[in-house]
Amino acid sequence: MSDFQPILLANIAIENSHTRAVYESTGGYAALRKVFAEMSKADLIELVKASGLRGRGGAGFPTGLKWTFLPKEHPGPIYFCLNADESEPGTFNNRILMEEDPHQVIEGLILSCFATNTTTAYFYMRYEYPLAWKRVQAAVDECYEAGYLGKNILGSGYDLDIFLHRGAAAYICGEETGLIESLEGKRAWPRIKPPFPAVEGVFHKPTVVNNVETAACVRHIAERGADWFRSMGVPPDPENPRDPGSFGPKLYCLSGHVEKPGCYEAPLGITVNELIEKFGGGIWKGRKAKAAIPGGISMGLLTAEEFDCPLDFAGPGRYQCLGLGTAAVVVMDETVSMVDFLLNSSQFFAHESCGQCTPCREGTSWALKIMQRIKAGRGRLIDLDLLLEIGDNIGIIPGTTICGLADGAAWPLKNGIRKFREEFETYIKQTNPSGFAETEPVPALEMIGVH
Amino acid sequence: MGTVTVDGQEIELHEGERLNGIEAAARAGVEIPHYCWHAGLSVVASCRMCLVESGRKTPEGDVQMIPKLVPACQTPATDGTVFVTKSEKVVNARAMVEEDLLIRHPVDCPICDKAGECHLQDYHFEHGRDQRRADIKPFTSRRRELGDTVTLFVDRCVMCTRCVRFTREISGTSELFVANRGAHEEIEVFPGFPLDNKMSGNVVDLCPVGALGDRDFLYQQRVWFMKAHDNVCTGCSTGCAIKVEENQDHVYRVKPRENPHVNQWWMCDEGRYGLSHIHDPRRLTEPKRRDGDEFVNIQWTELPGQLDASLRSATRVAAVLSPHLTVEEAYLLATYVRQVDADAVLAVGPVPVQGEDESFPNGFTIRAEKCPNRNGVEAIVSQLGGTFLAWEDFLVRLDQGDLDAVWITGGYKSDWIDDATAARFSSVATLIVQDLFASPLWQRATYQLPGASFAEREGSYVNHADRLQSFRWAVRPPAGVMVEGQLYWRLLERTGLYDARAVLAEAARALAYFSVAGGEIPEHGVDLKANQMAGV
Repeated sequence: MSDFQPILLANIAIENSHTRAVYESTGGYAALRKVFAEMSKADLIELVKASGLRGRGGAGFPTGLKWTFLPKEHPGPIYFCLNADESEPGTFNNRILMEEDPHQVIEGLILSCFATNTTTAYFYMRYEYPLAWKRVQAAVDECYEAGYLGKNILGSGYDLDIFLHRGAAAYICGEETGLIESLEGKRAWPRIKPPFPAVEGVFHKPTVVNNVETAACVRHIAERGADWFRSMGVPPDPENPRDPGSFGPKLYCLSGHVEKPGCYEAPLGITVNELIEKFGGGIWKGRKAKAAIPGGISMGLLTAEEFDCPLDFAGPGRYQCLGLGTAAVVVMDETVSMVDFLLNSSQFFAHESCGQCTPCREGTSWALKIMQRIKAGRGRLIDLDLLLEIGDNIGIIPGTTICGLADGAAWPLKNGIRKFREEFETYIKQTNPSGFAETEPVPALEMIGVH
Repeated sequence: MGTVTVDGQEIELHEGERLNGIEAAARAGVEIPHYCWHAGLSVVASCRMCLVESGRKTPEGDVQMIPKLVPACQTPATDGTVFVTKSEKVVNARAMVEEDLLIRHPVDCPICDKAGECHLQDYHFEHGRDQRRADIKPFTSRRRELGDTVTLFVDRCVMCTRCVRFTREISGTSELFVANRGAHEEIEVFPGFPLDNKMSGNVVDLCPVGALGDRDFLYQQRVWFMKAHDNVCTGCSTGCAIKVEENQDHVYRVKPRENPHVNQWWMCDEGRYGLSHIHDPRRLTEPKRRDGDEFVNIQWTELPGQLDASLRSATRVAAVLSPHLTVEEAYLLATYVRQVDADAVLAVGPVPVQGEDESFPNGFTIRAEKCPNRNGVEAIVSQLGGTFLAWEDFLVRLDQGDLDAVWITGGYKSDWIDDATAARFSSVATLIVQDLFASPLWQRATYQLPGASFAEREGSYVNHADRLQSFRWAVRPPAGVMVEGQLYWRLLERTGLYDARAVLAEAARALAYFSVAGGEIPEHGVDLKANQMAGV
């Protein structure tokens, strides 16, 4: 691994890396020319399937397989949505790509659109990325000038238009169907599935939704082939027939209590320890680590003893976490109170729950109220069981909600309390010595503004 | 075709039938609780109250279950589908949703209009937990007006969004939307754009809890004191199936009743709030006879004899049948005057028309013709009366001056005859006027007979599409009023009480138009056209 050279981040240190001139000088748009000259749409889909590329947005669904769900010989338009609504706490890999190397993303997007026979693509960007917005828009303009976008791209007869759409700052817009609703100008309430977007998505037409980093990977797969891509990462677990393996490079967002936080590239499968030691420069101020989020706050928590967890798509699952998510590793040192962490996480999900499904809307807000009360020194031991009960029963895994936001809200609760129960109990006993054993409902706190 | 299993019980699907889990279970007699799903609206599957376990029976007979809960409303029931609605998992999920919904609910049932017919109450009683574990102080009972007809009690809402979908999909006016996010969500209207469509009252019926209150009905009556009676709306010729809800002969509200052939689940505000005439203090309640320039009260016991004598002494009798009469009443009156005078003239009363038909996106139509039974009365006039006389034709006939006894029926909710028209009746020696409210004609009458409103009548109406719907009376008429049917029944010297069903059967035998209405009239009515087509 030591000889690994960054692929997705190869150019970000070059001056003006966001311009077409620099991008082309480093071999940009060669993949596009090569595909247009040598490959059919079906060939490109097969190539991406063969590469084992899995979506980088969080769920890790095989990208090539997703593309094949589109109806064959569809008479009407097919739409492509690039999901740049990167809102998972701790995640900023798409931002780096869009700000420093937007052409790489666009080239991947053009290739993905070509493979899925799409002539209209929507680039859905979160509101909070003004620089990314400017640079991607500039890059799209440059592409129109250079003939990479528009009618008859590079004389291939293929047409493509890219429209940038700026969201209005809601976490739920990053959910596949929430994004589609938002794009249609509606409230971003995730849709019930089926129908899946590949059958009926934006404007009732078949739609593909892919992540920014996924598109960037497509560009490199097209250039260097599936075998090269499969040379990196972790092969499928032979004992798990549903594991397709985790291949390719991945951008890890390392933040929290490390000496050098940042976005680093490594082959899938690097462990948390390696990431902290190799890239992060160790724990901040030489302190001891206490916990880490493996891939964005909704994936749960790893204790310091679990830092040997490999960060591939299957790894965190073996440590009772939800999954790799967005590979945003947030490290917490020994000074962090887990009560604070859980209060913060509960606040986030109560604030971002779209409010459609009852268990998520009420569960997240109830969990927040309980956490606020515990923090305020009026916790009971029984509250921990209540929180666990909420956590165990909301989400698409038990089947009680439409989308996965509630699963994300549940995992910090479940991991936090199960892995750090002693700390919570100590906190409750210390702050509420007279009432921690109470089992009757306690009077409510006055409403504390959460909005 | 196909077989669906609900809790081990097998039900058959009909050819081409598309049911969801809730509907399939209902057929098996199993109720799956639900808030957001409504047969007339799109499926959102967001309340999660209808969570069940589902699976599929393989041809070999094994059952493969989906490992997680699924919403029954969103799960199609096809051949081999299996639903389990009573497992521990399902029971726990329902308890969870009920607990969740009550976390911020004010539980102000004692002052809530919905109490007694509230899904939240009923489902909590059946599926909820016996203890409150949440420590959240419910919000106060905030309320605001959404429009002239509906008040929103903000914190009672369970966010099923039925009302929002109604304004988008059925009325097509989209006034309502969801504001804010998460637990701060509220139903809202934009400033300056209140809920003011002509079907707005339906959102109150749709609301499964007490969040949407009907301003007309608010705090008027506890629902458990009221009795509901099936009836048919008389507001226009659509003839929506309705329920009239009354307590001790006072009508408090009217609600639509499902009829797939007529109004589906809806009715318009005009019909819903057009009740004031029933209990209007200006309603006529005293039968009187002209004596010179005076009117003297007469007893209902003496009246039939006097009327009969007056009519029999006339040389030419005419009867004007109002389109507000039921088929049975019109048939009885026509039969009676024909018995008095074999050549009696029959005519249809004025047919009120207001504006133009107004259709909504889902097909619901408010018709311009503001009476319930023009088709039924016209059929009687044309099939019994020889020549068909509309109101204008009748006035022309009247001007010939040879009609010396005229029985005219009204029953309109508003003014229906002006002075000039009334003056054309000056040549009539015996003028019998039967009406709800005083009119210029009323003052010219020889006999003044107070009539009944729709809630007091019994019989059948034929709507614009030739669908005949029958109903029974909901309230007794005010003291001093005799319902038309009962009076005609007595004039025909029939014994006992007016029996609308027997009269309809008689009409069905006598008149071809009504021939399919001879037997029991089903809840959704019968299509009289069926017979006409058979004749072709």
